[in-house]
Amino acid sequence: MKSPVNQTTLPDTIARVGQLALDFFNEAGTAAILMFRILAGGKNLWKDRKLFFEQALRQGVRSLPLVMLVGIFTGAVTAWQGNYQLKGYVPLQYLGVATLKAVVIELGPVLTALIIAGRVSASIAAELGTMRVTEQIDALESMGISPIRFLAVPRFFANLLMMPVLVVLADFIAMVGASFVATALLGMTAAMFWNQIPTFFEVFDIVAGLIKAFVFGAITAVMGCHIGFTTRGGAEGVGMATIRAFVWSCLLILVMDYVLAMILF
Amino acid sequence: MIEIRNLYKSFGVKSVLSGTALTIAKGESLAIIGQSGCGKSVLLKHIVGLLKPDAGEVIVEGENIWQVSLERLYEIRQKFGVLFQGAALFDSMNVAENISLGLREHTLMSETAIAARVKDCLAMVGLSGSEDMKPSELSGGMKKRVGLARAIAMKPSYVLYDEPTTGLDPITADTINDLIIRLNERLHVTTVVVTHDMVSTYKVADRIVMLHDGKIIYSGTPSEVRETDNPVVRQFIEGRAEGPIKTATTRAT
Repeated sequence: MKSPVNQTTLPDTIARVGQLALDFFNEAGTAAILMFRILAGGKNLWKDRKLFFEQALRQGVRSLPLVMLVGIFTGAVTAWQGNYQLKGYVPLQYLGVATLKAVVIELGPVLTALIIAGRVSASIAAELGTMRVTEQIDALESMGISPIRFLAVPRFFANLLMMPVLVVLADFIAMVGASFVATALLGMTAAMFWNQIPTFFEVFDIVAGLIKAFVFGAITAVMGCHIGFTTRGGAEGVGMATIRAFVWSCLLILVMDYVLAMILF
Repeated sequence: MIEIRNLYKSFGVKSVLSGTALTIAKGESLAIIGQSGCGKSVLLKHIVGLLKPDAGEVIVEGENIWQVSLERLYEIRQKFGVLFQGAALFDSMNVAENISLGLREHTLMSETAIAARVKDCLAMVGLSGSEDMKPSELSGGMKKRVGLARAIAMKPSYVLYDEPTTGLDPITADTINDLIIRLNERLHVTTVVVTHDMVSTYKVADRIVMLHDGKIIYSGTPSEVRETDNPVVRQFIEGRAEGPIKTATTRAT
């Protein structure tokens, strides 16, 4: 016989689902309010340009090697698998344009954003979370300095600027990787790989990729700052904040990728 | 002058402040004593507006800090210097950058004038020459002194100390006590010290108040505290487990 203690009733389940939904909207709502306050604080960006450039260096320039590495393998695998999927249905000369479209519209922005979620969003959450639990954020406030202006605004705008730059570089390197695979392993000439691109490629594809990059840049920075600012409970809390920032950023990137695909295409 | 009127604050189901009322006169040196976890630091954070009360008012020089704009609240906070329990130095900055941050943010002082102020503040806390050190290179006592130098850099009217001697050896703790007294005399600031260290309390305070069960239950000079027959205060200052204050052990028995 089942123990009554372990039985989950329907009202319990409904209550739990309701609580999860409330938590989700509470988290998303608080993060959205933070984003509006950061945007309003953007007017001080020129005054805080030193902080902005420091963050652009940390978040953007230092992410370059990782983004490049992921870019080259993304392009290589896209060309290789593209060849496998198109073979017998579509002439191989369209592999170049098919790879470019896949990379620019989808793989470049999404994979770069997922890397930034791991590298930047989690690190912002850990850094601000540590500042929260060691009272450094309280110290800033007690000195009459807004933590949003001093900490969140430079991080947000640096990520907003650097994400599209990283995406464009990742796209470029991905195409270099794809071109290498096509010419060295699939028996294509460079001309065969690149020639169809001007015919079928549209500028809007680049614009759509950049719109995604801006949105993903905003998501990763805001979630890192929001979760960092609301960290509680010492080292364990900082560890949890790091995980939460990564998970929330990835989740929102994938959800927004779908929403933007619906809107843009 | 700071007036705290009928302050209430709860965290979840735990009520921390329940009708706390306190007036802090200009220029006085006040110690707020009480058991660990009784809400002393919470009260201190309410004074500087780091926590918002569930009910009640905090009036700083005639202004209710929760009825003014956020910009005004940030301006009011510039009247305060706060030494946090763990010093709360900014890890990413060196000692000089920590001390000068408020000056860079809120004044138009030249770099030379800022460097001179930093030097003065470090001299006042006995740490001359440590400008380039990182917080990770400092001992606990040094961190507190740099925190104190940062707290006084903006020449505040009020200096708040959260457990200034906790975690320090008796000699270093006494150095901090001397520093609090010296700064109070030299800078003519209003001093509020939150502590459970009675040696420190007797040394630095003109007036002592005790926080218990979310309320201020006693107020008196150090000599009055020593003589009081209030059973709660007596148990606390004598450091006895038995008495009206329930500890974890006495609650269990």
